[in-house]
Amino acid sequence: MSIYLDRDTRVIVQGITGRMAQFHTKDMLEYGTNVVGGVVPGKGGETVHGVPVFDTVKDAVEATRAEASLVFVPPPFAADSIMEAADAGIRYCVCITDGIPAQDMIQVKRYMMRYPKERRMVLTGPNCAGTISPGKAMLGIMPGHIFLPGHVGIVGRSGTLGYEAAAQLKERGIGVSTSVGIGGDPINGSSFRDILEQFENDDDTHVIAMIGEIGGPQEAEAAAYIQDHVTKPVVAYVAGLTAPKGRTMGHAGAIISAFGESASEKVEILSAAGVTVAENPAVIGETIASVM
Amino acid sequence: MDIHEYQAKEVLSNFGVEIPAGALAYSPEQAAYRAREMGGDKWIVKAQVHAGGRGKAGGVKLCDTDDEIQSACEDMFGKKLVTHQTGPEGKGIYRVYVEAAVPIDREIYLGFVLDRTSQRIMIVASAEGGMEIEEISETKPESIVRSTVEPAVGLRDFQAREIAFKLGIEPGLTQAMVRTLQGCYLAFRELDATMVEINPLVVTGDNRILALDAKMTFDDNALFRHPQISELRDKSQEDPREARAADRGLSYVGLDGNIGCIVNGAGLAMATMDTIKLAGGEPANFLDIGGGATPERVAKAFRLVMSDENVQAVLVNIFAGINRCDWVAEGVVQALKEVKVDVPVIVRLAGTNVEEGQKILAKSGLPIIRATTLMEAAERSVAAWKSDHPLNLKAV
Repeated sequence: MSIYLDRDTRVIVQGITGRMAQFHTKDMLEYGTNVVGGVVPGKGGETVHGVPVFDTVKDAVEATRAEASLVFVPPPFAADSIMEAADAGIRYCVCITDGIPAQDMIQVKRYMMRYPKERRMVLTGPNCAGTISPGKAMLGIMPGHIFLPGHVGIVGRSGTLGYEAAAQLKERGIGVSTSVGIGGDPINGSSFRDILEQFENDDDTHVIAMIGEIGGPQEAEAAAYIQDHVTKPVVAYVAGLTAPKGRTMGHAGAIISAFGESASEKVEILSAAGVTVAENPAVIGETIASVM
Repeated sequence: MDIHEYQAKEVLSNFGVEIPAGALAYSPEQAAYRAREMGGDKWIVKAQVHAGGRGKAGGVKLCDTDDEIQSACEDMFGKKLVTHQTGPEGKGIYRVYVEAAVPIDREIYLGFVLDRTSQRIMIVASAEGGMEIEEISETKPESIVRSTVEPAVGLRDFQAREIAFKLGIEPGLTQAMVRTLQGCYLAFRELDATMVEINPLVVTGDNRILALDAKMTFDDNALFRHPQISELRDKSQEDPREARAADRGLSYVGLDGNIGCIVNGAGLAMATMDTIKLAGGEPANFLDIGGGATPERVAKAFRLVMSDENVQAVLVNIFAGINRCDWVAEGVVQALKEVKVDVPVIVRLAGTNVEEGQKILAKSGLPIIRATTLMEAAERSVAAWKSDHPLNLKAV
């Protein structure tokens, strides 16, 4: 059993009729993901790649018993779609959308809290590449073929840097249990700590790779959690050693604005917590191999 | 997006925050005229630039007469103000704000930020105003008052009162302080700000609470719903290359090195810069061209990177997922035919269809240096930069 999704997880795609969503729905279906429906208000009754489209998430859940959702809705409306998924009883939601206003995400996080923990949706993203359990299912936009099935759990902010890590592992014949993108936004659904907890409790995951970057408190938070709760070996890389202070580096959240947010400070904090740090991005795979 | 002090004051005063009398001027004569119009006998002339630390850099002057206002303005207009926040190139002064001086009893620091730990709006205040918050948190950390706002109900008056009492605001002014805090919060919330900073917020000799300075930053992702805020953008305060990149949907940050970078994805872009540094070079820029590395985007990226005259080599690092390497390679070839690039170009492709991509680059007949791994790409870039400019060998 991998974290968040497996072969049978019933998935819906919110915003499925969009150009990008259609493309990736096809890709996910070909990978073997159990996509059972889509949601676009006003387009209920249509089909996309043979998948039925519903007007509301509630309709989709009722008809398909969907458990997971992938949100491809444009930024102005994405927060609303995430809340709709949470309300309809979706268990796991991945939001790909880049450019959601930060205060919309504050509302989303607050809204999700209104449900008791046992039926509270887990959100990863926004502004991420998604989640993949290689050989089982893929909920996102990543190229599935660069991931081998295996026992390394990857959690990272950046899409392509995560691909880089997965490709370096594949080159060494090392596989991945699940790879989760938590996204590059300042306010996100799940933190490194949340995903580390999942990996720690997942029998399929033997080693954890954490790919962080400058900005925000989540790497430091993760370090504290690792020190007290994680028994599995953790390897980390933090991007942005050369990033200047006070400048946003592409990701809305990648900005050094306080102590502990620069790459070197994060590396120091993670090393002190017993994490094996890959000194540069070219040796992520090698470093993971060294702790296995 | 940043705005000027005078704009932030206007925005905040619309939400009930009190500000001193003031007026904007585009010339020394206008500044003197507006001061006279305002009345009083002491004025502050403030350079309007998007940066803090103006006072120490000579961008804020106290004046007693028309002549002093004019000469203070003449020292400012058209000059670059260099503060510890602007970098050595400084920011151009094209507007000044003339403000009536007020008698100051005490100075307070007040800030509103998006707190990433609580994932809520947080108020940060200190009775030690006038200093920058970094300095306060180093020298008087115990003076800092923090309070987070529950998003479902907004800032409650009791929270605002608590802050007022902790700051030692005298009881007669508690209501005025609550109004100020509520005004800032509402402006932050309604207009999708990511930062509001009033430093100092002053208690005047005549018992008023006034915002003497004001800074606001807005969430770029939310500007679509605030056209009136978008209008406040002042491109003269932005790095021209970064502004041009933003207008073209590219994310660019200029740096001081010589190796230009074109990468897809923000994390990979930072990692590429780090690897260049490790290999002994210095990156000239951060540039994320986004997910779809279409030929048009690659061409735009080359134009942008080449407009930096310090660039002596260009490293293209694309991890192609859904956008296959062969397609990206064609984009690179096409871009190099369109854009004049007279420095070595190093291309590293990885991901889907990488062999076909390499073949296309090889067959193009263009002098492209190819690399397969990130490290190799960085090393070859640094080597190419050094050999192209033999004088640099001494420096390295």
